[in-house]
Amino acid sequence: METYLFYALALILVTFSILTVTARNPVRSAVYLVSALLAVAGFFFLMEAEFVGAVQVLVYVGGIMVLFLFVIMLVSIESLERQPKVSRQWRTGVVLAVVLCLELSLLIFRGTVSLEEGLAESGIITTTETMNTEAVGAILYSTYLLPFEIASVLLLVAIVGAVVLAKKEI
Amino acid sequence: MIGPNHYLFLSAIVFTIGAVGVLTRRNVIIIFMSIELMLNAVNLNLIAFSAHLQDLAGQVFVVFVITVAAAEAAVGLGIVIALFRNRETINMDEIDLMRG
Repeated sequence: METYLFYALALILVTFSILTVTARNPVRSAVYLVSALLAVAGFFFLMEAEFVGAVQVLVYVGGIMVLFLFVIMLVSIESLERQPKVSRQWRTGVVLAVVLCLELSLLIFRGTVSLEEGLAESGIITTTETMNTEAVGAILYSTYLLPFEIASVLLLVAIVGAVVLAKKEI
Repeated sequence: MIGPNHYLFLSAIVFTIGAVGVLTRRNVIIIFMSIELMLNAVNLNLIAFSAHLQDLAGQVFVVFVITVAAAEAAVGLGIVIALFRNRETINMDEIDLMRG
């Protein structure tokens, strides 16, 4: 069952990723990306990371993608329809991507041995007795409290920065 | 049985697709969406290792990556709007002010 779900979700994810990158219309690209992100959320649920899966759906699909669609609406897209969709340097880009793919495959093949002897090094073991959300919340507010606070400052800076950038006159 | 290697391969494929999008497309907004795709490939890796090692640290890092992605999208799209207002284009080939 898990295997079938994995391959089904993998097929969805790869298909919609390719469609996202190749679509001519940015609105279509955004809708395809929503499907790809939902497939990623499905993988999170499959690996029993329920909290992160819910955050993925709420923040990515509900927040970030709506922001993308708003910006697509604000900048006119009619003028882009007739132009070529790939940039001048696309040959270099494809060559670099092939090299990147080969590098990643090499890393995965060579790293197989070290994967097997992995153990939890941070000492935070997931237990089946507590809920996933409860466990993530517990270590987020204890071990990772300082990064959590820094993330909130980062979000504040991003809000102020986005408003300043998008405003006509300050 | 699905092991971490399956997830690593899938993640590598999605990351490469995102890299192709960043390197070849002209539309700035689609390049941003390709970056989001690459971030999601990394998140998939982190969760796969978290599940394999039975360690929650990976899930906490995914929460931070999503936070940074939200901040990046907000600021980046603000830049796109400012750019469109000043230059009337969101085409990467025409944005070459810093080339000198």
